[in-house]
Amino acid sequence: MRTRELYIAAFALLALMGASHAQAQSPYGIGRSATPAEIAGWNIDIDRDGNNLPPGSGSVSHGREVFDQQCAACHGAKGEGGIGDQLVGGQGTLATPKPVRTVGSYWPYAPTLFDYIRRAMPQNAPQSLSNDDVYAVSGYILNLNRLLPADATLDARTLSAIKMPNRNMFVSDPRPDVKNPACMTGC
Amino acid sequence: MTEPTDVDHDVVVASRRRFLREGGALMGGAVLAGGLAGSEALAAADAASASNVPPNVPEWMKAPGDPVGSQLYGTPSPFEKGVVRNVPRNAAQYLSAASRTPLQDLDGIITPNGLFYERHHGGVPDIDPAQHRLMLHGLVDKPLIFTMDDIRRFPTESRIHFLECSGNPGYKKPYGRTASDLVGLLSCAEWTGVSLKLVLQEAGLQQAAKWVVAEGADAAALTRSIPIEKCLEDAMLVYSQNGERLRPQQGYPLRLLLPGFEGNMNVKWLRRLRVAAEPAYSREETSKYTDLMPDGSAREFTFYMEAKSIITRPSGGQRLSAPGFHEIGGIAWSGHGKIKRVDVSVDAGKSWQEAQLQEPVLTRALTRFRLPWQWDGRPAVIQSRATDETDYVQPTLAELLAVRGLNYFYHNNAIWPWRIAADGEVTNANA
Repeated sequence: MRTRELYIAAFALLALMGASHAQAQSPYGIGRSATPAEIAGWNIDIDRDGNNLPPGSGSVSHGREVFDQQCAACHGAKGEGGIGDQLVGGQGTLATPKPVRTVGSYWPYAPTLFDYIRRAMPQNAPQSLSNDDVYAVSGYILNLNRLLPADATLDARTLSAIKMPNRNMFVSDPRPDVKNPACMTGC
Repeated sequence: MTEPTDVDHDVVVASRRRFLREGGALMGGAVLAGGLAGSEALAAADAASASNVPPNVPEWMKAPGDPVGSQLYGTPSPFEKGVVRNVPRNAAQYLSAASRTPLQDLDGIITPNGLFYERHHGGVPDIDPAQHRLMLHGLVDKPLIFTMDDIRRFPTESRIHFLECSGNPGYKKPYGRTASDLVGLLSCAEWTGVSLKLVLQEAGLQQAAKWVVAEGADAAALTRSIPIEKCLEDAMLVYSQNGERLRPQQGYPLRLLLPGFEGNMNVKWLRRLRVAAEPAYSREETSKYTDLMPDGSAREFTFYMEAKSIITRPSGGQRLSAPGFHEIGGIAWSGHGKIKRVDVSVDAGKSWQEAQLQEPVLTRALTRFRLPWQWDGRPAVIQSRATDETDYVQPTLAELLAVRGLNYFYHNNAIWPWRIAADGEVTNANA
């Protein structure tokens, strides 16, 4: 009897420890586990170093075809802009009264181009291009900006290796950067 | 990309055009009726023409009105049809664009849901909440997927906060005519949802977690990176706004709310949170929403909206009917906390008086201020200046331009003066 009570007490203590451990893990027990396949299907983030870039590749020359079909209507035949942003040119203008912010003049990281085109472009059918087409059209836009040779083929490794001209021009937020003396009279 | 997409230089107000088209003939009468010429005055003019004023018995008293349930979801009086979102005319396209709250037509601190400003980057998705999922993964012990029912099981929280677009307005001329043109990418609501901290703890944050990358389920799959400190401070996952479920334009069925942070970071239609050691450096936090300085460098991760205020009554597009008593009223707000005081000048900034603040004064929420004023009928320039609880004082446009230059574009929180002409017409004094 005494032994049995001890067993019960020990079991209760173990159950309590188990419960409190589970509580530390998931306080409310809400939601279900996400599987690696589910995460892989949704995680389309590419960071500035190119991590998570998918397999595949595309040539600048194929990129030109993709661009003509999918992009030129809004961004212009040579990326000069239209309904959509200007994508090409503008280098050397950022410190002038008429800055032209393009992929070539402003974007700090090349892999962001793949990330953005895949997730959001073309505007009428985002996430419709194959990874090969996204590499190709990214390569073509970089080529138009003289950041990639015309005979190049872009893949995860070569895209990650590209150094964008404006990459060192971003600084952290120093605000508050102005001080109004809050004059009340005779201002 | 010559200009950021939030540029709205050629603002012409749809509601203003409608007002002029439909109400122009009544303007004279409305102004004579006293007070500010607006939709109320127009209604008064209508009533006068129908002989519904004393000593006559109004026609709406002589027959029963609409029965209960005539409108299953109530809408404003037809006489308020001019109070609508302010949509810029001649935008290049309207999928990645913005509409503004008609601030000069509103009272109080809560923006009606139908008038809340919009800024979409790929249109408004039509999401079935039963099929919506929130995925939480990355540097967590247990990656999780939540249904909307799951999200609503968490402990709830309601708070009142403003939301403001970072480009509200830009720094270059031409500036807008009305308060809505100038700072109408601003609204305030009571938000209900769950503290993001609780949801992150459910998955278990790992030691290296420094950022959370949030992604929307819209056609832009808009992505922004949020510092973990903000996520654990006062960030919320929101499913209701002003007592009802979010409107599609505000992120139905689920959005992120980051009180005091620039609007676009409050990711709508939220589908994914990836906990990370580094920011994503997404297009929306590198090529857009970065602040270009005169030397060609650019400030990145400029999250907070600093203290700001504007007089909404009287304001641009309105007209003072006659000299005499007029209350000056407006709104003030700060991403850094509570509004501490608002000063008002009625002499072009030569002297300032402290305005009265209307309770409640809430952190990171709109605060109403007011000052009684006797207008002597001579030309005047009126303006307001907010100070927040950090003792930061709202700057002048000249002070901002001296540091930031004309290319900065975002985070313009300048004092905005209105000019009142001898005939009572109110215009933008900076225009």
